[in-house]
Amino acid sequence: MNGLTVSNLSFSYGSRAILRDVTFDALQPGQLTALIGPNAAGKSTLFKSIAGLLKPSTGQITLGGLDLATLSAQARLKQICFMPQFFAANAALTVFDVVMMAQKQLRGWRVNSADTAAVAHALSAGGIGHLAEAYVSELSGGQSQMVSVVQALVRQSDVYLFDEPTSALDLRHQLDVLGRIRAAIRDRDAIGMVALHDLNLAARYADHLILIGNGVIQTQGTPEEVLNSPKIAEVYDVDVELLVGPRKDLLVHAYAS
Amino acid sequence: MALVGVAAVLLVCIVVIDVITGPADLSFWRTLQVILDPSIATPKEGVIIWDLRLPVALMAVAVGAMLGVAGAEMQTILNNPLADPFTLGLSSAASFGAALAIVMGWSVIPGVGALFVTMNAFVVAMATSMALFAFTRLRGVSPEAMILVGIAMLFTFNALLAFLQYGASEIQLAQLVFWQMGSLARATWEKVGICLAVLGLVLPYFIYKSWALTALRMGEEKAAALGVNVSALRLTVLAGVSLLSAVAVSFVGAIAFVGLVGPHIARMIVGEDQRGFLPLSALAGALILSGTSIASKAITPGIVYPIGMITSLIGIPFFIVLILGQRKRHWQ
Repeated sequence: MNGLTVSNLSFSYGSRAILRDVTFDALQPGQLTALIGPNAAGKSTLFKSIAGLLKPSTGQITLGGLDLATLSAQARLKQICFMPQFFAANAALTVFDVVMMAQKQLRGWRVNSADTAAVAHALSAGGIGHLAEAYVSELSGGQSQMVSVVQALVRQSDVYLFDEPTSALDLRHQLDVLGRIRAAIRDRDAIGMVALHDLNLAARYADHLILIGNGVIQTQGTPEEVLNSPKIAEVYDVDVELLVGPRKDLLVHAYAS
Repeated sequence: MALVGVAAVLLVCIVVIDVITGPADLSFWRTLQVILDPSIATPKEGVIIWDLRLPVALMAVAVGAMLGVAGAEMQTILNNPLADPFTLGLSSAASFGAALAIVMGWSVIPGVGALFVTMNAFVVAMATSMALFAFTRLRGVSPEAMILVGIAMLFTFNALLAFLQYGASEIQLAQLVFWQMGSLARATWEKVGICLAVLGLVLPYFIYKSWALTALRMGEEKAAALGVNVSALRLTVLAGVSLLSAVAVSFVGAIAFVGLVGPHIARMIVGEDQRGFLPLSALAGALILSGTSIASKAITPGIVYPIGMITSLIGIPFFIVLILGQRKRHWQ
């Protein structure tokens, strides 16, 4: 398996180009890649294109050498697990129900004890065991985001795409969730991509960073390489100072220019 | 699952009570025995139970279940708690079809004989849902567009109906008003059979799609990420729902409220996991309609009131109590 590759990918809504000629190095199994970039840079669009929910106008996406465009939508989404940024939470469904839904992957009416055990384990591992009986309509923003992450991780896929999994979480839960995502990616030897706004978190948890701005890949590489690149200041339109933190972690400080 | 069982047992009891209610002295057990084993019936019992009462009672069950299922899935695909077969104008279309038959004497499909009022109602309701179907295909399937077109249909047919009513004679008008009120008295074994056949056709499909429908309640994007083809699901479910409600409405007239309230009762009890929600919506619809069928006969002995009036009169206070007593608020 030679990872997930994206080459010459373009996408536009009508005449408005969202992604232009996006190409990046093959993402390797067991590694977590952070996709960073300002709002409306095309992060979600890139994820949806990889998941096959949007049809790109040009370009090719391959997984393990196989062109994903040749797969049916169902087969593709079995291999690629995409966690969207938002979910409408006015349904009378419990947290247990929605995670079970992901576990069953829309197949079969019956739920066996293995499914129940898997869901119960996923909930407690995700730190939301106490919410199992709560209705999704009653969750706070942060709680429903954690449910989304559990929902994604309960599925067994080759590729995991998380669209801003930590945007509504407090400090402690941000660390928990990203730690859990990274551990799952390593254990399963899967390919992981996370869209993040917090560059410090990206530097700390990701093996690889991709910076996207204006629908174009600006730079990619290890966290040190990308965060040291002048492109960061340019793309985000801020002044950036980089420090090494007390535990040898990279710290990014941004100042309005 | 236990709840579904309880509701099913309750439904059987209600059906038997429904058969008993009315002039003629029948006991609960005797009636149950006769239903289970027709050979022991006296000729009088045979006529009353098998020929007169049972078709009506079973029609109430079948139509209630159809409207309950149709309402449940319509609320699901349109993501709207107020959706039911009436919101999309199907019942006004059926009324208009019936009015064409009653007032103008036109039959849309010639040669159907005595059934031509029913047939007209069915054809116009089905044509309406096909128009809706075509529109959503053409314009892209969004819940907003479907509801707005449905409401446009509703007003169009109400206006056309008023037009016909204005020109109708007094007898025709009385007939038409009576038709619109909804009545189970027109039930026959054939109609019960058709209703059950349609249910037997559509329900398995909905059951097959139950996870996809549950997923749709999490939002389109989430459902799509799980591999649901949202537009195709909406269209096929719309087709199924249209068939259910067109058949139901054309046989018994406009019975409001069951398709709206049945699913809400089910939702309050089991939530929206379709594996519980779908059967319980059907059972709740059937229970409501059977219950009102009893009430329509019991209020004034000897008179059977049109059931459409009773569903609203009895159902609404009950529904308001349910809403007031409910702590958890969905759809906000």
